[in-house]
Amino acid sequence: MARDLRSAFLSMIVLTILLGLGYPLLTTGVAQVVFPGKAGGSLMKKDGVIVGSALIGQQFYEPLIGKNGKQVVVKGVPQTQPNPRYFQTRPSSTSDNAASSAFSNLGPNGKTTLSAFQGYIEAYLALNTAPDGRRYDQAVTSAAQVPVDAASDSASSIDPNISVANARIQAYRIAAIRHLPLSAVDALLARYATGRSLGFLGEPGVNVLELNLALDRIPGST
Amino acid sequence: MTANGWLQIITFCALLIVLSPFLGRYMARVYSGERVFLTPVFGGVERVLHRGFMVDPGREQDWKSYARSLILFSLAGWILLFAILRTASIQPWNNYGGVTFHAAPWDVTFNTVSSFLTNTNWQYYGGETTLTYFSQMLGLTVQNFLSAAVGICVAIALIRGIAGRSGKSLGNFYSDLVKTVLYVLLPISFISALVLISQGSPQNIAHYVAAHGITGIVQTIAMGPVASQEAIKMLGTNGGGFFNVNAAHPFENPNGFTNFFEMLLVLIIPAGLVFTYGRMVGSRRQSLAIFATMFVMFIGGVSVAYAAEAHGSPAQRASGLHTQVIANSTGGNLEGKEQRFGIAGSAIFDVVTTVTSCGAVNSSLESFTGLGGAIPFANLSASEVIFGGVGTGLYSILLYVLLAVFLGGLMVGRTPEYLGKKIESKEIKLVALGLLITPLTALFSTALATASAAGRASIFNGGPQGFSETFYAYLSQANNNGSAFAGYTGFIQPAAGNVGSHGVTFADLLGGFTMLFARYAPILFALAVAGSLAGKRVSPGGLGTMRTDNATFVVLLMGVIVLVGALTFFPALLLGPIVQALTGHLY
Repeated sequence: MARDLRSAFLSMIVLTILLGLGYPLLTTGVAQVVFPGKAGGSLMKKDGVIVGSALIGQQFYEPLIGKNGKQVVVKGVPQTQPNPRYFQTRPSSTSDNAASSAFSNLGPNGKTTLSAFQGYIEAYLALNTAPDGRRYDQAVTSAAQVPVDAASDSASSIDPNISVANARIQAYRIAAIRHLPLSAVDALLARYATGRSLGFLGEPGVNVLELNLALDRIPGST
Repeated sequence: MTANGWLQIITFCALLIVLSPFLGRYMARVYSGERVFLTPVFGGVERVLHRGFMVDPGREQDWKSYARSLILFSLAGWILLFAILRTASIQPWNNYGGVTFHAAPWDVTFNTVSSFLTNTNWQYYGGETTLTYFSQMLGLTVQNFLSAAVGICVAIALIRGIAGRSGKSLGNFYSDLVKTVLYVLLPISFISALVLISQGSPQNIAHYVAAHGITGIVQTIAMGPVASQEAIKMLGTNGGGFFNVNAAHPFENPNGFTNFFEMLLVLIIPAGLVFTYGRMVGSRRQSLAIFATMFVMFIGGVSVAYAAEAHGSPAQRASGLHTQVIANSTGGNLEGKEQRFGIAGSAIFDVVTTVTSCGAVNSSLESFTGLGGAIPFANLSASEVIFGGVGTGLYSILLYVLLAVFLGGLMVGRTPEYLGKKIESKEIKLVALGLLITPLTALFSTALATASAAGRASIFNGGPQGFSETFYAYLSQANNNGSAFAGYTGFIQPAAGNVGSHGVTFADLLGGFTMLFARYAPILFALAVAGSLAGKRVSPGGLGTMRTDNATFVVLLMGVIVLVGALTFFPALLLGPIVQALTGHLY
């Protein structure tokens, strides 16, 4: 018994060093040499400043300005709204918090789920409606045309991708606001659409951060 | 549903069928002490480890001795892990972007430690706001390896008991443990971690990054040694996420390929061990029968889950959203699912991780439809024998095999025999106890949690969903699965780093004890069965011997598994997921 107990603790300590220090640190070392960018979190820069990770969804929002010309603050929290000049990611119950990820946990039969969906649909339709009350994409008339990814929370709440259908609808808005031909925005979409892995695994989508960075690089984009 | 969705499912199954026999044969050679291609690399390390542990790997152990080593080893692991997790404040690498991480409260830590020791990886906490890199690596990564290795050791011991031709020996625990770590888990994990990194999974010990977005929004991005933990988390069917949202997090699971790869990692050892078994008892047909049983039930689960999720949810229909596939949009119930996985990638992952004891999630189970959410319930109710956890799956289904042999024997009126060994009253008593402890623990804990105000404090959603959350929580912990309807809480954390946080003591302790009891009691019974079988003489099979390697037996075995699961859990399932699946009513 005493022998067994001694072996138990000895082995646990030795294995902790082997598997808890040796294995992860060796992996880190190899990764930093072979895949430095990816091991570092696939960070994207613009003008030398880190603007996010290609893998992590974020909000392309701007301050919500009230009638007095200042940012609206509710209960001490400065309010923001989607910046219509950029493609927007999926709804997120955590405002795309990448330091504390969480599920929305909305159940399939929940009244709260229904009201969340209704809120997302309304916000999406409003965002894609021009000041004169006409939709940028005239084909979108009701909830039935809103792509399902645009009106439901992702799992991670930091989903970096949107569906191609969602991006195409937003392309009308971007083109109109930035005074670009729709074909130029659509060409960009085609370039940054991520197909399925190996041609058949997963779902196609568009990486929103890469798309928005490319958008800002288009000459003449205002 | 789409043709592409089915293509993903079929490809996955085909790869599993092709690859698992290779790994199975390799493991059989490892545990039989034969030379394998890694022997020149690790043979020396193996000897050094045995010397360091002060054990004699050649010492043969009977079941009691084997069990004692296993229990004491686990006890040492429990104490060390508890010590590591509780000392976050004084660890290196415990400050990220100005926030110093402190230990989680004692009750949450009790739950977490019990959880990782038992290969459950139930998590009341979110990794990136609770644990230091030091705790993740030296604490959790280590137990990801060792809890998996312990499960495999038990399976190998039971195989030796069934295959044994003389004596009482089940092998040597430390010898099996070291072989499992060096020849199976470590090499596959290392290569898999590099594959994941090549796809974008980070591997660093850096501060959390503050990114200044192009519209001026600042986002803090959590980092860490993610890939190394992710690899063994999947391979060892552990399932405890580095981040709170587990494999839904783009850093843990960056794209459709990694999703597929991780699913394969989960099933490869449980499926491979079935072939190890056939090899070690000298009958390939026995392993084919068991594999067929598991596979048929697996395919059934995947098909139902995929169909249910593609159909959409009641709340979605009420809101007027489309549920059918339209051009470039997945349709279906995408709430709580990632765009890059879509409906099919989420549904298969869900089934793969709940038939095994993996419990990783790449989508929110709480947001699955009633029927889609019922599949994980059904998988857990079948006591994790559809492939099951590494090791646990095999030893659990072997207990079911013995039960099926006994029932078959009763039907034809002969003394039941398995591979020439008589199954007598003693073994059947042990088998029955070993199989019933897990479901009874799950039901007992669920009843306790729903009947008390302290238990109901953890519930998030109302209506039958609230019951589903509770039931799933204890079913998952009892089965050492660890997946969750994440609404159920046991930890209140106002800010990252644990200052001012507190646990829900009732849920933490009940869950912790549920996991420990439902893990170690069945292990003891499985080892006792092995010990009892090891010494039995083998009688040659005759004309009247019931075959255990044909289609009839596969059907009998499935019947026994479904019957035991259904009789035990049907009343409770009616109250939660089945009510939800049958109604369009919103709560």
